[in-house]
Amino acid sequence: MPLLEVQNLSKTYRQMGGDTTVAIGEISCKIEPGEFVSFVGPSGCGKTTLLMSIAGLIAPSAGQVIIHGKEVSGPPPNLVLVFQDFNKSLFAWRSVLGNVRFGLEARGHRWRQGEDKARSLIDLVGLKGFEDHYPWELSGGMQQRVAIARALAYEPEVLLMDEPFGSLDALTRLELEDTVLQLWEELRTTILFITHDIEEAVYLSDRILLLSQRPSRIIEELPIDFARPRNQVITRSQPRFMEIRNCIYQRIRNESALS
Amino acid sequence: MLFALLLLMWEFGSRLSPALQSYLPPVSRIFRSLAELVISGQLVSHLMITLSRFLQGYLLAASIAVILGIVLGYFRLAHSLFEAVIEFLRPMPSVAIIPVAVLLLGIGDAMIVAVTVYASVWPVLINTMDGVRHLERTLIDTGRTFALNRRKILWLVVLPAAAPYIVTGLRISLSIALILVTTAEMIAGSRGLGFFILDQERSMNSSNMYAGVILVSALGYVLNRLFVLGEGWAMQWRRGMLAQESV
Repeated sequence: MPLLEVQNLSKTYRQMGGDTTVAIGEISCKIEPGEFVSFVGPSGCGKTTLLMSIAGLIAPSAGQVIIHGKEVSGPPPNLVLVFQDFNKSLFAWRSVLGNVRFGLEARGHRWRQGEDKARSLIDLVGLKGFEDHYPWELSGGMQQRVAIARALAYEPEVLLMDEPFGSLDALTRLELEDTVLQLWEELRTTILFITHDIEEAVYLSDRILLLSQRPSRIIEELPIDFARPRNQVITRSQPRFMEIRNCIYQRIRNESALS
Repeated sequence: MLFALLLLMWEFGSRLSPALQSYLPPVSRIFRSLAELVISGQLVSHLMITLSRFLQGYLLAASIAVILGIVLGYFRLAHSLFEAVIEFLRPMPSVAIIPVAVLLLGIGDAMIVAVTVYASVWPVLINTMDGVRHLERTLIDTGRTFALNRRKILWLVVLPAAAPYIVTGLRISLSIALILVTTAEMIAGSRGLGFFILDQERSMNSSNMYAGVILVSALGYVLNRLFVLGEGWAMQWRRGMLAQESV
């Protein structure tokens, strides 16, 4: 049985003037445990809506999300979403250590208990030495690392990431891609990743699900079988890498042209 | 510097003009009266009474207003229910409630604390509500994605995030509470600094009256200082952030 299943999910937003926007037309997919799956699609195709629905933060208009055989109706206890806007997501009143501890507290650990675990996670995301800093003192890339560490402190089975590197510069993005892969290899969490960066998706994933323009549906599913651990130079310089990337790019362009 | 100059002008102006002295006695005489009253313990007991009423009113108001403010700020339904009442009562000058309170509670501590609570609730309530309502959706969703129940989200996310707004409200209420206590004591009290000031005025004892005024001002000043200290300690995390923004 798959870990997570999206069944005929659709979402329609009602606007102020009475107009409706169909964000998600109909999406169905199955996610196996331990997979790294990316959703790629043009801007505005409802990727965030999809992730928020899976995370139980938004109620779908139709269809359901099933995790471990149970329907999702509100944030499920074994799943965490890492937001794109880390600035608005991190807790300004807590230090780096405090933020990561939050993940442990949410898990039910008593205050003192989790300190070691928090510190090791902070080390794992490459922020050793910054435990007592506050978010505003850190760069964007570092802040997103804190958000990731906080999410992992919760020990989720499924980690959802909504364009987590979208607002970061290109070099930081590459760094963090590798950080996420390292964490994934080590912790074997299932990851659902949203990005508009095609190459990023190809680099990171086991599988890519292509979304169409609004109202979105899955138009293609591509397995990605490059050897792991992936490498920014080796993996990306394989001819097949560019082939897949171009194929996806074409597909998306065709979709955009159709609408 | 300017302050010292004004005091000197007051001192000499008063000494030189006998007509002025009855309602604007020399500064030196005022301070002498102040010293005598403090030493005799008379003024200190009034001070303690005023302080006690202030603390009761302010702390009770703060507790009620923060909790109510968070509830009304967070739950849209509650907010729309109470919005009309709040908008109607808000602009009313709180001192107008004193005669009502006297009618309902007579004169004495209960009435004075009650009007203080009433007046002090408003700034904290409004600021708390505003703070909570304007919290980033992403922040709340962050609390939600960790599968926290509502109580935990309010306590661990909403309250600390809204703290700067709450503190602003608390600071405003600090002054208002003292004003209300003093005013209520003047209008319908038999003890406390407000009463003392009015009483001395009625007895044509202007030196003592000013002494009372000075003492209540000093009280206000000290309370304010203590608040700022407390705020600095509690909001440590903000100081660095604000300092950076101002660069």
